Amino acid sequence: MSTTTRARTQSSDLSTRQKLARLDFKAAPYLYVSPFFILFAIIGLFPIAYTMTVSLHDWHLLKGQGDFVGFDNYASVLADPFFWNAFGNTISIFLLSAVPQVIVATIIAAVLDQAIKASTFWRMSVLLPYIVAPVAVAVIFTQVFSQYHGPIAGFFDIIGVDPIRWDFDPIPSHIAIASMVNWRWTGYNALILLAAMQAVPRDVYESAAIDGAGRLRRFWSITIPMIRPTLIFVIITSTIGGLQIFAEPKLFDTRTNGGSNRQFQTIVLYLYELAFPRRDFGRAAATAWILFVIIILAGLINFAISKAIRTADVRPSRKATLAIAQSQGAKR
Amino acid sequence: MSAPTTQVRPTLPVFDAGLRQERTRRRRKAYDRPGFLSYGLLLAAFVGSSFPLWWSFVIGSRQASDTNLVPPAIIPGPNFFTNAVRVFETVDFAKALTNSLIISAAITVSVVFFSTLAGYAFAKLRFKGRNILLLAVIATMAIPTQLGIIPLFMIMAEFKWTGTLGAVIIPGLVTAFGVFFMRQYLVDVIPDELIEAARMDGASMWGTFWHVALPAARPAMAVLGLFTFMAAWTDFLWPLLVLGPRNPSVQTALAALNASGGHAPDHSLVLTGALLSVIPLLILFIITGRQLIAGIMQGAVKG
Repeated sequence: MSTTTRARTQSSDLSTRQKLARLDFKAAPYLYVSPFFILFAIIGLFPIAYTMTVSLHDWHLLKGQGDFVGFDNYASVLADPFFWNAFGNTISIFLLSAVPQVIVATIIAAVLDQAIKASTFWRMSVLLPYIVAPVAVAVIFTQVFSQYHGPIAGFFDIIGVDPIRWDFDPIPSHIAIASMVNWRWTGYNALILLAAMQAVPRDVYESAAIDGAGRLRRFWSITIPMIRPTLIFVIITSTIGGLQIFAEPKLFDTRTNGGSNRQFQTIVLYLYELAFPRRDFGRAAATAWILFVIIILAGLINFAISKAIRTADVRPSRKATLAIAQSQGAKR
Repeated sequence: MSAPTTQVRPTLPVFDAGLRQERTRRRRKAYDRPGFLSYGLLLAAFVGSSFPLWWSFVIGSRQASDTNLVPPAIIPGPNFFTNAVRVFETVDFAKALTNSLIISAAITVSVVFFSTLAGYAFAKLRFKGRNILLLAVIATMAIPTQLGIIPLFMIMAEFKWTGTLGAVIIPGLVTAFGVFFMRQYLVDVIPDELIEAARMDGASMWGTFWHVALPAARPAMAVLGLFTFMAAWTDFLWPLLVLGPRNPSVQTALAALNASGGHAPDHSLVLTGALLSVIPLLILFIITGRQLIAGIMQGAVKG
């Protein structure tokens, strides 16, 4: 009895300072995370959600909100041959960049994952393109891939090949734009893959070597299966990035939005053309949501494929976030 | 941040990494010595990485018509400085550099500060709803915020912010990735006992954050800052939409320079401009290259 009374008296007698300390203890975590959530709600979530509202209306850049039209904007975008043209171009450029990029990055990573001399120098040299902004990359590569002058045209001239109309024919223009993406991102992805390779226990290689496995055999049977989660991560992130390229095709021909015949107009460039030159915000917003769905679908397809071809020796990861978390260095 | 592998345990990271490297080097010698082919491939990668920049310098230091030379020019000429001056005369490149510096610095300070604060709370403080909120952060990482550009543009137009630097800075103030990145780092680096000890000694929550968490977070803050700065510096679509030609960023100025020649662009001028736009990050890269590499290898940035 006496003890409870004393305890109660004590708790009600807590000094102001102690009460403040308790409040501080309780409230501080929320205060620390709230700036992020408040700001993100304003600059991230609200605009994305409001994109939906805009997409359901006639909405003009200058005239503002018009009639509610339901899903008409979506229907008209999906019925627009230019949208499907942009979709095809985006997929084509994406495939021309993602596939060679992942292959070359894996090879570079494997080479760097040896007892290389001056490793910091080589690592820095493959990362160099990453610091060049897409605008500068596009400006430089537009000159490199010029039809009549520049190093490639000069080389073709020397070996006697007819000049290629890089900025006119669809596939050559896709190759030129994909080269810009590849040049900037291959080394970066190689370093991510290198990190995963270095996490493979050396003993495994050693015993495989002792058992007579050659270098290639070790690469296919040990390295590739062991780095698979990181490989998936690299593929997913380059998909998300590849579906959103803008600066490269925009600057490849500055006078148009993706070529005189839209032969290299990507989805984001199509969105840009709808929103600004054509001032049709309603359809542009619908395009943004369609692109969002495409990105999510592409991620799921990637994930399904990688799940289907997974070999028995790799422990299945539970979620896509886990694959990301692992590659982000969360592995402990 | 110090150890270049993802599997290193957090105890004594520097020492551990050094030891590991030493051990690996000795062990590898037995079966894994890189040969000619390896160095040949690396040399090819080096040439591939640097050729476009070198070639820009070659043309940028010559006259425009030299792009037509057969065989192509590969030795720099004497005109780089003249061309650089012409870049500053054609577009307001000085203003663009200042603007990009202000934009990138403001975004970097904000992202690093708020990410460290929230990352610390998620890593080391116990509170109701922590796990759900952290999941929300991870989920938002997957959303490309670019998709909100149309309403964001409408907001900026509504408040008459278009044409001002604020219109570029505000949408970059926080990133979900930054919070997640700092959380992942701090969870390992600060022992819970240290925070409890500070509390026992009567430090306030803010005092604990400021005197215990912040010093421990410094290496990760540096890496996050570097990547945030670079991303802000290289961004193009959003500055193109909200900054007018009179108040350009480096990227929009370069795009304007590129378009300035119309049907007959001056290649030397344009390539000099491209090089000038790269120089600030190139200097940063030379100084902090090691940290950048370590940062990427720790998964510092999502692609």
